[in-house]
Amino acid sequence: MSTPSHVERAGGATATYVDKRMGSNKFLARNLGKVFPDHWSFMLGEIALYSFIVVLLTGVFLTLWFKPSMVEVVYDGSYVPLKGIKMSEAYASAMNISFDIRGGMLLRQMHHWAALIFVAAMAVHMFRVFFTGAFRKPREFNWLIGVALTGLALLAGFSGYSLPDDLLSGTGLQIARGIMQAAPIIGTWMAFLLFGGEFPGTDFISRLYSVHILLIPGLILALVTAHLMLVWTQKHTQFPGPGRTNDNVVGYPLMPIYMAKAGGFFFIVFGVIGLVGGLVTINPIWLFGPFTPDQVSAGSQPDWYIGFLDGALRVMPNWESSFWGITISWNIMIPAMILPGIIFTVLALYPFIESWVTGDTREHNLLDRPRNAPVRTGIGMMAITFYCLLWIGGANDIIAQAFDLSINAITWFLRVALFVFPPIVFIVTKRICLGLQRKDRDKLLHGYESGRVLRLPHGEFIEVHEPLPVKDLAVITSKTDHVPLPEPQATDADGVRNPKFRSQSWRHKLSTFFYADNVTMPSAEEIEAGQHHAAHDAALEAPLHEYEDADELRRLHGGVLHHPGMAETNAEQLAENREH
Amino acid sequence: MTEISSPDHDQQVALGHSPVADVPHKLRATDTDPKMAKRAERQVASMFLLSVLFVVLFVAAYVAIDPSLTIYIPVIGETSAINIALGITFGASVFLIGAGAIQWAKKLMPDVEVVQYRHDQVSPADDTAEAEANYERGKEESGFARFKMIRRTMIAAMVLFPIPLIVLLKDLWVPTPAEEGKSPAEILSTTLWTKGSRIVSDGTYKPIKPEDLPVGGLINAVPADLPEVQEAQGNLNARGKAAIILVRMQPDEIRAQQGDGWDYQGILAYSKICTHVGCPISLYEQRTHHLLCPCHQSTFDLADAGNVVFGPAARRMPQLPIGVDAEGYLVATSDFAEPVGPSFWERG
Repeated sequence: MSTPSHVERAGGATATYVDKRMGSNKFLARNLGKVFPDHWSFMLGEIALYSFIVVLLTGVFLTLWFKPSMVEVVYDGSYVPLKGIKMSEAYASAMNISFDIRGGMLLRQMHHWAALIFVAAMAVHMFRVFFTGAFRKPREFNWLIGVALTGLALLAGFSGYSLPDDLLSGTGLQIARGIMQAAPIIGTWMAFLLFGGEFPGTDFISRLYSVHILLIPGLILALVTAHLMLVWTQKHTQFPGPGRTNDNVVGYPLMPIYMAKAGGFFFIVFGVIGLVGGLVTINPIWLFGPFTPDQVSAGSQPDWYIGFLDGALRVMPNWESSFWGITISWNIMIPAMILPGIIFTVLALYPFIESWVTGDTREHNLLDRPRNAPVRTGIGMMAITFYCLLWIGGANDIIAQAFDLSINAITWFLRVALFVFPPIVFIVTKRICLGLQRKDRDKLLHGYESGRVLRLPHGEFIEVHEPLPVKDLAVITSKTDHVPLPEPQATDADGVRNPKFRSQSWRHKLSTFFYADNVTMPSAEEIEAGQHHAAHDAALEAPLHEYEDADELRRLHGGVLHHPGMAETNAEQLAENREH
Repeated sequence: MTEISSPDHDQQVALGHSPVADVPHKLRATDTDPKMAKRAERQVASMFLLSVLFVVLFVAAYVAIDPSLTIYIPVIGETSAINIALGITFGASVFLIGAGAIQWAKKLMPDVEVVQYRHDQVSPADDTAEAEANYERGKEESGFARFKMIRRTMIAAMVLFPIPLIVLLKDLWVPTPAEEGKSPAEILSTTLWTKGSRIVSDGTYKPIKPEDLPVGGLINAVPADLPEVQEAQGNLNARGKAAIILVRMQPDEIRAQQGDGWDYQGILAYSKICTHVGCPISLYEQRTHHLLCPCHQSTFDLADAGNVVFGPAARRMPQLPIGVDAEGYLVATSDFAEPVGPSFWERG
């Protein structure tokens, strides 16, 4: 042990001081060496976390200059085209931040970019967790927290986007108000209360402001903390590989490697957002002008993550019922309330549905390869397809313009595609997964194809199969053979009625759907034999290069192994013959 | 009795789930070659040093660059010089800290993986038993199970205690004197237009004579008293309902209207607020007389009583009946006959 430096002594004294009051060394002892597994896809959640920190940081700066007020003022800033125009104080202060505060534009753009990246990273992180089955026991609660965070992130984004009170953001609020009013029974009152009367009123921006800077970020912060604490106590999942089991975690210790890597990655994300915020314009509010409820610009588009809801509103047929003095706006309720309700409910319940269907109650710390859960992977791809089609719907006017298509044709196409494409994608995905499973089984039984064709002394041609490397063997054999739940009996041997017959029948059918097509793994002996056979191929090949180091093999020509200095083509061979 | 069993997982172990022999560890160049290690050390240090330099440049740019200066940058175009300079210097200074730290971790810190063991999340049986015992003791000592009346009244009190907090929200909307005594539905159902309201063009607020609007033309218009009302109310609410568009077509092109003679010599007035979710409608195609909402593409046929021809809107665009006053200016002959804007529950 080296002698501690002056700084280290001070640090140590501080640690002792704190420890005597909080027992903190116990925590440090347990956790400084905590192991985290490494994989690029584990960084997606990190990107979400770090971009959220950047959003918080830049957001605090923005609050110093932004004035959330709808009082009308006359603009007198340095953006000449709007000089002398009446606008709300909110818009005027957002303009001020953009043009008169040095670095204000950078902060605004970093805030907006970081928010976009936050939601995008969350979405992709969720895909990773879903497709690898990381939501399975014991991590169902963390999945629920993640789903709640996703919903909050959408609200955070939309509420922020609506604050500057430019023409585009005001149009978004106008749509939100229209949706609110369509809510059954309470809709009209809710809209009047939240907006303090009719649209646009003068209250909404300041009310939304406190929701945006206090309520939502507070909730997100609390849930993110819980999310991370659960990851910490449950330890991170890992991908299968040599030495990786369901009961261990293989990776790098927090101190120093993970600290340097994860801490460094925070600065990378922050730095990239800084660069993008400086170089790429986002939400140029000065081009949109101040909000007024009787103007709108063509090609109005929300931020990307609201696009799917806007698309649902656009492609929905115009159904509305009026009777007994009331109006039910199916054309708004279905796409803007019922659909997101269903999406988030199914998303939240998925881990519980899957474990009920499969009867799987074990803890899973080793991740599934997506191919090994074809039905889950198919469902995920089906959901993504549905989402993307809605998203295309949200840009139907832009697409119509760019490709010179009819908006009506695109809308009708989507109305049909939303129901037809997802099932097709499900089937195709499942087939691809099963194909990959077969390929894996093949590799276990026969080794992998080396691409080298060998002619044996008696003239037979064979392709050399090589035994799998340890790593591949470990990854492929991580697959578990799942057995569908057995078919229940209506009555047992003694003729007593089975009270759970109905629900067990359902589970049997669903779990058969989930597992029945899976390709079974060969037995350990079969794998052994297969790999041995592949080794035999390699042994056949051995005499060919016993006189040369195998590492020096260069190329193949015509099924013959070539060594350095040997002719590789017919032309070379002829030239060599002529020389001799 | 049928037992639903969990999938068998003994098989897993047989298939090589137990730790597979470690893959041989490959040494990095920095592990074997001191020169390479020295080089990596210099790389990390230079990244940190460059980060410091960019901070200095950031401050310099903040002080020195004129905020109104714009520069042309290929691909990006004409843009604010200070914004670009601050973004690049700040972004680079922060990025380099991260890049340095990661290079340090990857090249100079050990790259040997470590194994730790996991434990099931379930608590030891002792702890569970102790928790149960504590619960039972609490239940017993408080008498929660015994005092039925206390239990029920407490539940009632707990259920009702948030009610004041909800009641307090009622005054989120304080009706103005004009709104006093009216329900939201009634307020939404009327606009500023009344019999004889002059129609003025939006922006200039000049009254309009029929000859000001040629066939095929379109004018965005509002009631003449809108500026005063807006001033008095201090908000844009009246505008949000009263905004209309005037279009003129050949009288024989008008196939239907919402009321007999609601046009004036082929001039039609329609609300500008979409009946879907309330976007202002701005795209008029004079050849087909179609009005398209830019938000969700609801399309209305103004030559056919404003009926919906496509899109998610369920209701036709409300028409404003118009005529001319004694001086020959266009006026409304009454308010809209139906509520403008998006639907609501009480609309009927």
